[in-house]
Amino acid sequence: MQIYLPIAEVSVNAFLLLGLGGMVGILSGMFGVGGGFLMTPLLFFIGIPPAVAVATEANQIVASSFSGVLAHLRRKSVDLRMGAVLLVGGLIGAALGVQVFNMLKAVGQVDLLVKLCYVLFLGVIGSLMFVESLNAIRKTRSGVVPKRKKHNWVHNLPIKMKFRTSGLYISVIPPVLVGVAVGILAAIMGVGGGFIMVPAMIYLLGMPTKVVVGTSLFQIIFVTGFTTMLHATTNFTVDVVLAVLLLVGGVVGAQIGTQIGTKLKAEQLRILLALMVLLVCGKLAFDLLVQPNELFSLGGAGGHS
Amino acid sequence: MIRAALISLMLVLAWPAAGEEVVAGLSQNQISITTNFDGSEILIFGAVRREEPVPEGAPLEVIITVAGPSEPIVVRRKEKRFGIWVNVDAVEVDRAPSFYAVATSSDWPQVIRDVEDLRHKVSISRAIRSVGAPQTVADAPTFTNALIRIRKGSGLYQTNIGAVDLAQETLFNTRVTLPANLTEGDYAVRFLLTRGGQVISTHNTAIFVQKVGLERWLFNLAHDQPLIYGLMSLAIAIAAGWAASAFFRYLRG
Repeated sequence: MQIYLPIAEVSVNAFLLLGLGGMVGILSGMFGVGGGFLMTPLLFFIGIPPAVAVATEANQIVASSFSGVLAHLRRKSVDLRMGAVLLVGGLIGAALGVQVFNMLKAVGQVDLLVKLCYVLFLGVIGSLMFVESLNAIRKTRSGVVPKRKKHNWVHNLPIKMKFRTSGLYISVIPPVLVGVAVGILAAIMGVGGGFIMVPAMIYLLGMPTKVVVGTSLFQIIFVTGFTTMLHATTNFTVDVVLAVLLLVGGVVGAQIGTQIGTKLKAEQLRILLALMVLLVCGKLAFDLLVQPNELFSLGGAGGHS
Repeated sequence: MIRAALISLMLVLAWPAAGEEVVAGLSQNQISITTNFDGSEILIFGAVRREEPVPEGAPLEVIITVAGPSEPIVVRRKEKRFGIWVNVDAVEVDRAPSFYAVATSSDWPQVIRDVEDLRHKVSISRAIRSVGAPQTVADAPTFTNALIRIRKGSGLYQTNIGAVDLAQETLFNTRVTLPANLTEGDYAVRFLLTRGGQVISTHNTAIFVQKVGLERWLFNLAHDQPLIYGLMSLAIAIAAGWAASAFFRYLRG
């Protein structure tokens, strides 16, 4: 069934979009990532103009994250207090990131920088997580009880706060800084930042993996909601018909993903996320290194491709 | 009065000796883009009206072009730098139609001469206007060619040689397929009659392509009331997220 999208001005297959939305929704519910870093290239591929794809994707992530957060809230696996602290940092970071983005745009080659950013971050994060979770699995197999590091420099900072759901009593400075860093990256790379936020919460803040997913989704709702409004009012590129098609699949997928997530062990969840991150990284690196079929690309005057 | 009479007399005299002109019709001159719009095929037909018998000499040929609204476009080329493929050169094409189809009644050299093509901008490469490529780009034409190649691949540019059926140098018709990714605007339809490669008569009409119903409403809302549109999009997203969550909870009892 073909549907004509009013803002994107292309006709697309509705079932294809429902399927894509569902697939990305499952990942979103499982890992606490928005899925923008997967969905946006897929939308480019089926012929949606890049500006519309990025803006509409943000709107769809709001839906699937909200659906996922509700499922996590019922399980009490959302640390609202930690989410709020991260969000404060995230919004500051996003505002800074937009400035950085505009600066880079003036210099040119912003696309390339974004892609290199992706490859670098995804590669490093993915490899570290993969090795760590592999070791964790090996240790549990051999019967050694993994010991959590109780004290490091993070615990000696001032302004301490109790995060009951995460079982942490730490200073608010590290979470705010993590929020700022992720916010900057998210604004530059045009995504919710879940795939950076999740590893940061696990490894830098020491939050339990089960709580991380819900908390990440919680803050993604606000970041992407903000992005949606920004795109809608400045670029007029949010296609609500496209968003509805994607989010119908997405919200259902998020519920299923949350179910799958609860049945997996924390190490298994981490290793799967690491593999997914490495896969995306590999694909991006491949695109940069291998000669493309079509060397030429078309873009609107003034915009970036 | 006298001057006006003189001008009209001159106009009559200036009329080509073999007075042949087009009487044209379209199967539809208005295309409505609805939610389930999936491309459209229009039948373009017409007849050649003449006061005298069919002239001797070169046979009559018909060219029909359909052109969508023009807009500037940037063509970028990737090159390998430091081991990775990046966009290096860019050429801005000043005016490129969003859609362009040209149909002829015979092979290209037979229907129109190069000079006439240049004057009337009939072929795809002539219909695109590109001036002032940056100094750093030596081979600007390859960029225009790339534009044509990419758009031909997606059915936006079409050259249909011999697609115009011409009967007894009088009746003609052709079909033009409009793709699903059509943009709004006035699509100019041109008819050119040629003999021996010379254009002897032209006729213009237009097809109006516009969004209707829900498509129209959403498009207007997005541009006129962006804040409300954005909030509406968010509200839909939140409502859908909640609905799915509630539905799954209901399923599990």
